[in-house]
Amino acid sequence: MITEFGAYALVVALVLSALQMVLSAVGGARRMAILAGAGQGAALGAFLCVALTFLALVHAFVVSDFSLANVAANSHTAKPMLYKVAGAWGSHEGSMLLWCLVLTGYGAAMAVYGKALPPRLRAYAVAVQGALGVLFLAYTVFASNPMARLLDVPVEGASLNPLLQDPALAFHPPFLYCGYVGFSVVFSFAMAALIEGRVDAAWARWVRPWTLAAWSFLTVGITLGAFWAYYELGWGGWWFWDPVENASFMPWLIGTALLHSAVVLEKRGALPGWTVFLGLAAFTFSMLGAFLVRSGVLTSVHAFAVDPARGVLLLTIMGIAAGSGFALFALRAPSLNAGGLFAPVSRESAIVLNNIILSTATAVVLVGTLFPLIREAVDGEAVSVGPPFFNMTFVPLMVLAMAVLPAGPLLAWKRGDARLVTRRLWLALACAAILGLVAFAVVAPRSALASAGLALGVWLVGGALLELAERVKAFRAPWAEVRRRATGLPRGAWGTTLAHAGLGLFVLGASFETTWRVEAAQALGVGGQLKLGAYELALTDVGTVEGANYIAERGVVKITRGGAAICTATPERRFYPTGRQTTSEVAICPRALDDLYVVLGERRAGADGQPAWLVRAFVNPWVRLIFLGPLVMALGGLISLSDRRLRFGVAKRAENAA
Amino acid sequence: MRRLLAILAAVACLAGAAADPADRLPDPAQEARARAIFREVRCLVCQNESIDDSEAALAGDLRSIVRDQVKQGRNDSQIRAFLVERYGEFVLLKPPFSPGNALLWATPVVALVLGAVLMIVLLRRRAAPSPAGEDPEALSQAEEARLQVLLKDE
Repeated sequence: MITEFGAYALVVALVLSALQMVLSAVGGARRMAILAGAGQGAALGAFLCVALTFLALVHAFVVSDFSLANVAANSHTAKPMLYKVAGAWGSHEGSMLLWCLVLTGYGAAMAVYGKALPPRLRAYAVAVQGALGVLFLAYTVFASNPMARLLDVPVEGASLNPLLQDPALAFHPPFLYCGYVGFSVVFSFAMAALIEGRVDAAWARWVRPWTLAAWSFLTVGITLGAFWAYYELGWGGWWFWDPVENASFMPWLIGTALLHSAVVLEKRGALPGWTVFLGLAAFTFSMLGAFLVRSGVLTSVHAFAVDPARGVLLLTIMGIAAGSGFALFALRAPSLNAGGLFAPVSRESAIVLNNIILSTATAVVLVGTLFPLIREAVDGEAVSVGPPFFNMTFVPLMVLAMAVLPAGPLLAWKRGDARLVTRRLWLALACAAILGLVAFAVVAPRSALASAGLALGVWLVGGALLELAERVKAFRAPWAEVRRRATGLPRGAWGTTLAHAGLGLFVLGASFETTWRVEAAQALGVGGQLKLGAYELALTDVGTVEGANYIAERGVVKITRGGAAICTATPERRFYPTGRQTTSEVAICPRALDDLYVVLGERRAGADGQPAWLVRAFVNPWVRLIFLGPLVMALGGLISLSDRRLRFGVAKRAENAA
Repeated sequence: MRRLLAILAAVACLAGAAADPADRLPDPAQEARARAIFREVRCLVCQNESIDDSEAALAGDLRSIVRDQVKQGRNDSQIRAFLVERYGEFVLLKPPFSPGNALLWATPVVALVLGAVLMIVLLRRRAAPSPAGEDPEALSQAEEARLQVLLKDE
């Protein structure tokens, strides 16, 4: 009954989205507030209906209602409750429903928080958001209905892929989708501005909080995914330049470029066309990501081969949405004002440079991701594009961007003074250079790249801190003055500092981890020992444990350093009988910023005829910074979002005051 | 065939085992070279893993081929050429510089040059002589006032 209700609500949501589109569009075009208001009501209604469907689906997963095809294929009675709930968005159908939920949710937020916007712009934006809702809801209802029933009800479900049964991955999709789909708001605003034919500083200010929110969510989502890969896949890596990872990374890169160019538009009225273009591109890349991941066209072994129709449909939806967006852009872009002028050395120039590099990087990731498809289509040759390619192309681009980054926020708008900036940053530059050289000479004469990475990380963090110090006049003004300035500093400035410093932390972590990682592996019997850098590992016991839906071999590895006990790691090798799959459960002992990472391999016959296990262990130095850095960046985004000037309703209050 | 690959991949691709001491080369320098090559060679039956990471049987075979050749003293490009000869370009995670891969390798350069040109154009603009009041894009007085209210709130 609840299921039928949910399925019905989904159809109602589709109808309401269509109403939202039509009513808002007509209300905007004819300047009829009552129609536009009705459109906003429809937006709220659509969100509520999708939320009902979503709850009904979660309910079906919680009570293990295997009469639903989706539940039968992705759940199991023995699965822990968290993963039953998370199973609701673990499948294709469920994840597209989550997409629709977030999409209509943002539509409802636009209807509720958009009171300060010019009525016409708001009506058009809500209409475009409604059109996107129609496209994706129609896809969900007609091609990928999560509420479809089975005639032949199985007694037990097929369970969720055990690799996905993990807390980080349970929350990964909601964050990722809040980010991906958050760019739909920017897309709708961009379309609305193009329809009206005007893109100005006020528009940039309205768009900024939505971009910040989407970007922050996406940052957290990608970090969770990388963290999951790090501890679940079991070989210590955290980023593989896999097509699915790239799919989520491209919208992030464009979103980052957009955040910066929107500042130029807001403060200086420059780059309107480019900013709108990025606004359209960000959500286009989100849709491309959904297509790549959900159709399985690139990982080659997913649903696409089985069900190409869905992939084609998703591609069609993307074509309609992005196509109309860029067509409108091509039509209106020539009439957009080019905006304020600026000198080669100025904050505008620095941000334009940031945008050029980020766009180039996006192009590299895009072509690298799609190239195997392109090449296959052109001459039938199968090629692979993997980490070595991206390390050789993407990384130098980012190094270039990060080398100039600390100077950006210190440069003045319109015409900056390079000498002044150098004077303010010399301390960070000196620290970075000295540390890099010391590292090069003493610690790692053979790894010049790591020394450069260390220098770059110090340069970024130091630059961010010096910029903050400069703003509050630290060490130059009396303490009271510094405190007054610090409290008076807009939250956006704190956000910038945090985001840039977070990037520096990430660079430090990534350079340390990739260069100074220590690896050891040995087949150990019970009682066997293994040396890992300064640490001693002893396999003291291997026993069998039974989990909720798996059986595991659990090794007990005592880690000591110079005789002193450090910790006891218990890596597991789990067997899930339902899907007949084996996963490896890594044991991680955190040591400040480092991780001791222990993996238990297959049982094999040892030298003395006794059973032995291949134990692999890593010391991953500073690896925590790889995940901490992006979280600091996201925190910066959120703090920036809480800036008084950017709150959704601010213009209204200002208007009342005026 | 794809189905088969999918099943193989699902069964075989677990955590990596390139460091298995049973297979290691006695000479650490040679072993390091072999490991560096592993990272650039794709495990053909896996989704997107190098043979350094993959535990699949085929990855193990490829590793022993590479180790053998390293032991025989062949250089990196000879080994890569051998693998391409045998398995096609698909086996390399970094496609070689070749006419067929021109698009791939040209993208970063072309995009960067394009960006530089755009930036130069942007910087060389002159203030367009537009008499006040004739600019159709200019804000009306009411709009200007509203913008000031918005911007004032800093």
